[in-house]
Amino acid sequence: MTSTLIWIAVALFAIGLYLSWTAGRLDRLHARIDAARAALDAQLLRRASVAQELATSGVLDPAASIVLYEAAHAARQAEEEQREVAESELSQALRAIFGEIQQVEAVREAPGGDEAATELAAAVRRVPMARRFHNDSVRAARALRRHRKVRWFRLAGHAPFPMAFEMDDEPPVALADRAAS
Amino acid sequence: MKIGIVCPYSWDVPGGVQFHIRDLAEHLIRLGHEVSVLAPADDETPLPPYVVSAGRAVPVPYNGSVARLNFGFLSAARVRRWLHDGTFDVIHIHEPTSPSLGLLACWAAQGPIVATFHTSNPRSRAMVAAYPILQPALEKISARIAVSEYARRTFVEHLGGDAVVIPNGVDVDFFAKAEPKPEWQGETIGFIGRIDEPRKGLPVLMKALPQIFAERPNARLLVAGRGDEDEAVATLPAELRSRVEFLGMVSDEDKARLLRSVDLYVAPNTGGESFGIILVEAMSAGAPVLASDLDAFAQVLDQGAAGDLFGNEDADSLAKAAVRLLADPERREGLRERGSAHVRRFDWSTVGADILAVYETVTDGAASVAEDERSGLRARFGLTRT
Repeated sequence: MTSTLIWIAVALFAIGLYLSWTAGRLDRLHARIDAARAALDAQLLRRASVAQELATSGVLDPAASIVLYEAAHAARQAEEEQREVAESELSQALRAIFGEIQQVEAVREAPGGDEAATELAAAVRRVPMARRFHNDSVRAARALRRHRKVRWFRLAGHAPFPMAFEMDDEPPVALADRAAS
Repeated sequence: MKIGIVCPYSWDVPGGVQFHIRDLAEHLIRLGHEVSVLAPADDETPLPPYVVSAGRAVPVPYNGSVARLNFGFLSAARVRRWLHDGTFDVIHIHEPTSPSLGLLACWAAQGPIVATFHTSNPRSRAMVAAYPILQPALEKISARIAVSEYARRTFVEHLGGDAVVIPNGVDVDFFAKAEPKPEWQGETIGFIGRIDEPRKGLPVLMKALPQIFAERPNARLLVAGRGDEDEAVATLPAELRSRVEFLGMVSDEDKARLLRSVDLYVAPNTGGESFGIILVEAMSAGAPVLASDLDAFAQVLDQGAAGDLFGNEDADSLAKAAVRLLADPERREGLRERGSAHVRRFDWSTVGADILAVYETVTDGAASVAEDERSGLRARFGLTRT
């Protein structure tokens, strides 16, 4: 009798240990998503800022300036639900304007334009990177959260179900011609 | 930035991953970053100042061959100490799935972790069994890098998740500026790689050789690499053996000079390649490249634009392609030019900037690397003060 009770206690203890370890794992995954999301935010803002700077600098022709300014402004001001669409539209605007290598060279020749072009090239390269890291962490967390043990014992607590960030982040060819490899 | 790099393989044994880590570390140090590399090494081996030894690697049978790995209590303790002393902003683990330092570091650390996957082995039986153990360690990695689109694809299939593609780096100018050696010039074909490793494809080249030599009476083959030379030429008719020259292991300088001298570089590898750094080195040196059409090679060669491809393990196709190239100096010149232009994207200046961009992306909005306290039993019960 006593030995049965002891065994039950041991089993419960082991299960508890396992569940607590899983909760820790999940917690770490949520922290990773938060960090990845912050990094993605930073990269998106950086890209929109450089784009806006270029749009208002007078280096581009007026039509391109207006298109780029609109898109960059919309991306910065977008509500959370419209963010993916607004950022995708900024990608499209950037692709339309910097589709030709001549345009990039024209920007580089302007005073201070070299830094701006380099910053923009770095930004359009880093946005897809940050997004990939973010979505990768989301995927890992979702895989664990769908597991029975997590659902039955509500190990995720009140944390919202993680969502991937879906957008068109294809960089302009002229700015990232080496990224293809 | 304070960067910690974990190398899973012995520092004293030369290999692709080790060279990659050495070049990356030196590139980052030149840019003014603080870099520390944790690598298995014998205590007697002289190490560069930025390498910290994690103790001697133990040879054990693993995955079909004998691998030198680090594991066990002592190695784990050394990893922890390195993490603790280093206070890194980011750690970069190479080959985190091999049961060695990479996995130990993944296990012991928390914070921004970047991992590079070099091999694209299909998932092994051991990996399937170890998956539940591996997964909690692997899911700590905040950013994954694959060395080619091909490696990324196999990686996504087997482990899930996603990775960014950053190719391996090469110091292009080192190869481009090497001095050609006259005795290695004049209708020479080059091959560099382990002679006794069938995967590197020397047997395929040996099978194609009689046909090539018959049609190009002045052609010679230069082979650089370790292995049994007599065994390698055993299949070759005796009168042709004098036209094959073995150079043994060559230094980096001689490798560059060899690649600068040859008229054609042949890479007949039959599989197991996820990148093909030697192709990039050959192109840097301006050698026209002829390679087997492995996925990874086709990609490095821009689907055949920067170098010619032949059917994998097809000696006949190799011989025909080699004869055609040797007979056509214009085509070789074209390959030389396109190769030299194409290879710029693999230069350390480009690759290093991309890797730094990954570091900066993961450290944005994250604390620095620390020991993972949660793996301690006491911490789990809230008994430690953290």
